[in-house]
Amino acid sequence: MIAWDVHLIILPILLPMVMAAVMLLFDERRRRLKSVISLTAMAAILIVALILLYECLTGAADGGDTARVYHLGDWAAPYGIVLVADRLSTMMVALTSVLGAGVLAFALARWDRAGPRFHALFLFLIMGINGAFLTGDLFNLFVFFEIMLAASYGLALHGSGEERIRAGLTYIAINLTASLLFLIGVSVIYGVTGTLNMADLALKVRVIAETDRGLLHVGAAVLGTAFLIKCAAWPLGFWLAPTYTAASAPAAAIFAMLSKVGVYVLLRLSLLAFGDQAAGSAHFGQGWLLAAGLATLAFGTLGIIAARDLARAAAYAVMVSSGTVLAAAGVGHPAVLGGALFYLIGSTLACGALFLLAEVLQRGVDSGAQRERAVFDDEYRDPFDDDERNEPGLVIPAAVAALGGALLICTLMVAGLPPLSGFIGKLAMLDGLANALDPASIAVMVALSISSLGGLIGLTRLGVKALWARDEDAPELVVGAAELAGMGGLLAACVLLAIFGGMGLIYAEHTAEWLGRPDAYIEAVLGASR
Amino acid sequence: MTEIVLAIAIGVLSTAGIWLLLRPRTFQVIMGLSLLSYAVNLFIFAMGRLRSGAPPVTSSGLARPELYDDPTPQALVLTAIVISFALTALFLVVLLAARGATGSDHVDGREPAE
Repeated sequence: MIAWDVHLIILPILLPMVMAAVMLLFDERRRRLKSVISLTAMAAILIVALILLYECLTGAADGGDTARVYHLGDWAAPYGIVLVADRLSTMMVALTSVLGAGVLAFALARWDRAGPRFHALFLFLIMGINGAFLTGDLFNLFVFFEIMLAASYGLALHGSGEERIRAGLTYIAINLTASLLFLIGVSVIYGVTGTLNMADLALKVRVIAETDRGLLHVGAAVLGTAFLIKCAAWPLGFWLAPTYTAASAPAAAIFAMLSKVGVYVLLRLSLLAFGDQAAGSAHFGQGWLLAAGLATLAFGTLGIIAARDLARAAAYAVMVSSGTVLAAAGVGHPAVLGGALFYLIGSTLACGALFLLAEVLQRGVDSGAQRERAVFDDEYRDPFDDDERNEPGLVIPAAVAALGGALLICTLMVAGLPPLSGFIGKLAMLDGLANALDPASIAVMVALSISSLGGLIGLTRLGVKALWARDEDAPELVVGAAELAGMGGLLAACVLLAIFGGMGLIYAEHTAEWLGRPDAYIEAVLGASR
Repeated sequence: MTEIVLAIAIGVLSTAGIWLLLRPRTFQVIMGLSLLSYAVNLFIFAMGRLRSGAPPVTSSGLARPELYDDPTPQALVLTAIVISFALTALFLVVLLAARGATGSDHVDGREPAE
């Protein structure tokens, strides 16, 4: 009997692709139908991702050998195309589906009407992201990456408007250039090792001639640069804040995941191909990851403090979250990486929710007018002109309370403070760093602590301004039920992550351990054909 | 000889491409991206080693693989051409939209102050 569940792994790619293609057949006026199709697709992807995740959770308690490999067309591994769902990719796919489902629910309230083909673009984006996580092959990674980017270009421009078009122009130009770097890197690596399969590449890296090693490193460095651009590492990430701020809220929220694709590929390739066993290439580029991570962390933290609206702060929070994981990967201790992976889950969800929240809070507030005002304008106020502010017994409407609570959760998650899961991740990282206590670890410890403080200051200030000290002429806060459900879903996932923090952290730590043993991955992919 | 010609061609294309990419007008940027993608396509092709007269696929058993050309880079180039062509077309649309929305073909969306 053929086990149906071997095909499960390809569903996160096939489902959104087919559904998005079907959706193109229908007219834009049939919104209800499109909403139903995309919600169904998203729910199905979520279920599949959770099944895969559950298998990884229960598969091997010792954190072992749970890579599920799918040979497309049943061609043997180094020649055919493989999809690999190991602990890391499964975790990322599950994270994408949770974030995607929340964002989609939010978008259904009003944003999907802001421009044509929102649902199709959204599902193609999900397909690209999932494909990039699941593929075991460098060139397919490129293809999925381009699908993801092509959809993201459309989504970045969703809703149109001059600011979006201007930011979109930069975004597309930068990403096209990054894609060209990606191709150069892949082809140099192919030229040196003669393989595109990641597991096979890891084996070849160990045995190539020492004279070729320089060229291999050039290829890996060019490839790495492409992904550092994607995850907005300093100084390659100046495009991120304007683009994500200008993009419509649901697009920006799902873009929080796009940066994580860059982080994922860097983690995957550096640990798989350039691990301990990689002879002369062991730990290639690790110092660069550390430096880029620290610089990104610092830049993102400054950005959050300097930001004058929540959407921009959320964009910098995305950078902080990428920087944290990069720096943790650069330190090179599995315990630190485990904490960082756990932090990545929570912070991505929180960043996504923060973009959605920022849109609700800033709805109707003219951001152009805000920009004109002096930075410390709120400190120079006529004391006699401020009567209504001191009125006792201010009634807090339900929307303000709900949004305030949501903002509180986001802030705690991004800053990594107790009692939510951001803190658990940060604590695990700090614990690992304190055990190592080399100069790199100390630098990361300091950067992490400062970024927590900076995130807290920046987001609290913006939150107070958006909720409690609203401009008199700003419109009433209103939030639709679907919007609240979408945001609430993401935040509930954050809270659940804290409640089941022990289980999550163990999973993340096992993932880090698993990534540290590339042989198991290679064995799973190449198996008998080795 | 072929190697030198190809290397010079890739070099000239990428030099011109990078220079145009850094220019302030959107049309120059798109031309730069196109030239760069040609350079990269040729580069991928070169990574499969340059040979002439070698068949790309075998018909009866792979007796001596060194006699045949490597078909993988050719497949890669084909994919890369399609993707970069599609994305350049998409970029062209955004470029026109930017021109329409901002009334300027400068990459910043406004003419620089004189």
